[in-house]
Parts: sequence; C-alpha cells; structure tokens
Amino acid sequence: MTVSYDNSKIIFDGIKAAGIKSISALPETWLGPLLQRAEDDADVHLLQVAKEEEAIGIAAGAYFAGTPHILLMQNHGFLAAINGIVSLAQLYRVPLCMLIALRGHWGEPYPWHTRGGIVTEAVLRALEIPFEYARDPGKVAKQIREAWTFSQSSLSPVALLLTRDLMED
Amino acid sequence: MERAECLQMIYPELEDKLVVTIMGACAQELYNLGHRENFFYLQHAMGLASSIGLGLATHLPNERVVVLDGDGSVLMNLGTLATLARYRPKNLIHVIFDNGSLLSTGGFDSQTASGVTDLDAIARGAGVQHVAHAVTTLDFGEAFLAAIERQELSVIVAKVAALGPDHYGMDLQLGENAFRFRRWIRERTRAAGATA
Repeated sequence: MTVSYDNSKIIFDGIKAAGIKSISALPETWLGPLLQRAEDDADVHLLQVAKEEEAIGIAAGAYFAGTPHILLMQNHGFLAAINGIVSLAQLYRVPLCMLIALRGHWGEPYPWHTRGGIVTEAVLRALEIPFEYARDPGKVAKQIREAWTFSQSSLSPVALLLTRDLMED
Repeated sequence: MERAECLQMIYPELEDKLVVTIMGACAQELYNLGHRENFFYLQHAMGLASSIGLGLATHLPNERVVVLDGDGSVLMNLGTLATLARYRPKNLIHVIFDNGSLLSTGGFDSQTASGVTDLDAIARGAGVQHVAHAVTTLDFGEAFLAAIERQELSVIVAKVAALGPDHYGMDLQLGENAFRFRRWIRERTRAAGATA
C-alpha cells in the first residue's frame, strides 16, 4: 500500500478551494505528498512544528490575525495536543479546523498505531469535538469546506478524519 | 531584579505591539500596569504563548509581536524555540522571565533553579541567533530596546526573583479577551489598509 498522490492532490485542491491561506503541520507519511504541495505553493503559508500542540498556538495566532488556517496532523499528534485544544482553543473560543490522519484503524497492519486509532473517536467525543470521516475523494473537498465553515461559526475545534480508504491506493 | 520592574520599564513600548503573556503572576503584573486591547493573557495552556506569537508574527508581518514567557512555561514546550529558529520571524521578541520557579502553580523549583538548566544555551542551541541575558533592569531595558531596533527574531532571558503580585483578579473574561484582541487587530489592519 502506498500513499495516494491523486487523492492528496484532491485534498490539497479542496483546502485551497475552501480559501485556506495557511497550514500548520507535523509531517507524517500519509500527509507527506499533501505537505509537499503546500510547500511548493506560493499562496499558502506552511509552518512545520516540532510537536502538534505548538500548532494549536500557531492556529490561534493565525485566527487572531484573520488568516484562514488549518491544521494537519496524525491522530497521535492530536492526542499530544489535547491540553492546548482544551485550555487554549475551547477555553478562549478559538476555532480550529483539524485534518487528522487516522492511523491505527480498519486495515492497520502496524501494531504501534493501534491503540491511538482505537481511542481517537472516543476522545473526540469526550472533548465534544464535532468530527466526520473522509473516505470518498469525490466528497472530501466539500467536507473540508464544511469543516472550515462549521469551525468558524461554532468557534470550536472541528476534526475531519482522513481514513485509509482516502489516503492509500 | 523583579519581573514587575521589567514590565514597568517596557510598558510604554508595548502600546503599539501585539503582546501575549503567560498565565498567573506575569499576566497579572502586566494587567496591573493598565490593560490594553492589544494584550492577550494566556491564562492556561502553558507553553503556547510563544506559539501564538509565532502565528501572529507570521501572519501579520507589519506588526511587532512581544511574547512574555516564563521558565516553567517554556520548559513545557522547548520545541517552540526550534520552530521559532526555523522560521525566524523578524517581528517577534520572545522574553523569557526566568525565576527558577513554578511560582504561579505553587512555587516549586523549576529545572533552571540553581543554574542547573541554561535557557540561553537552549535557545542558542535551538538556532536562535540573537539571545540576550539580563540580570539587571538596565540590562533588560537595553536588551529590549536593542531587540526592537534589530528587527530580527530575538530572545531575552531575564533572570528575575521568584516574586508575584499581592493579589490576583482581572475584570476581563477569557473569551472577552480573545474577542477584543482579535477585533483590535482587525480594526488596525483595516485602518492600515485604508491608508496604504
């Protein structure tokens, strides 16, 4: 199984079509081709962090600055960012539009990803973060746009979970 | 040197800059000097003040951003120094008040107490080119003015006593602070656009 370059392009085009100008990210295999496109695009500002919780702060700064911004991370990075999500974003009503690579789920061959994958949905529910699964390349652009819109109207974190169906060929 | 003295010294300079402070004593001491709409107090999420500063500085290249951080907070997010060094926002001044103590969460020694951990060296090692060390208010004032003048990413580690204000409390709700801070930036950006 390899990362889908075609679907990575569709996702990146969807991000651009949603009006996003800035991305914070921690790179990982599924997100690699997407981030390469972001890096090569002069109209998109890409900030790569050392740990995902930093991106919550950067996203807050971008929000205060009025720049449309999304976060790209793996679900384990989401788990690592929880205090920032709770005690910055939710506490201060700062919206976050998070695109999260859902590792450790259906079809996962690697044991080390599995616990994170198993608990991700339950953690999102516990944190009252609205989420959807992105599985269909024909629908993902609309899902990104709607995730962005909902984050801004609810002043809440919102998560779109990028699944294996979408991210691998 | 006391943090409150340092804040008092630079307070006039903060009038036209975006200021992000950490929680507790630092936030309260700045607030006590007089709240301004361009001040954001991060009352929790320790470690992320400098990340907010990076987000502001990156997306508002025509503004100057000042982050008022502490040893306890920065030790919770050391990666931030590497990320700041990677992107080197010219318009960001990162002040780290190092009192060697988790003062606002109980007064426990931090790893910088008794000189065990050297935050200047960590900042330099992370790749920050301009790192100043201040032990007197005069040092601090000079380092801050030099950083303003320099217009390059600058870190100032200010060794201060583990002292805080004699009272806590702000007439400002957390969400209100965020909404008003954002509005202040938006109106200023619009005004700048109108005159450009």
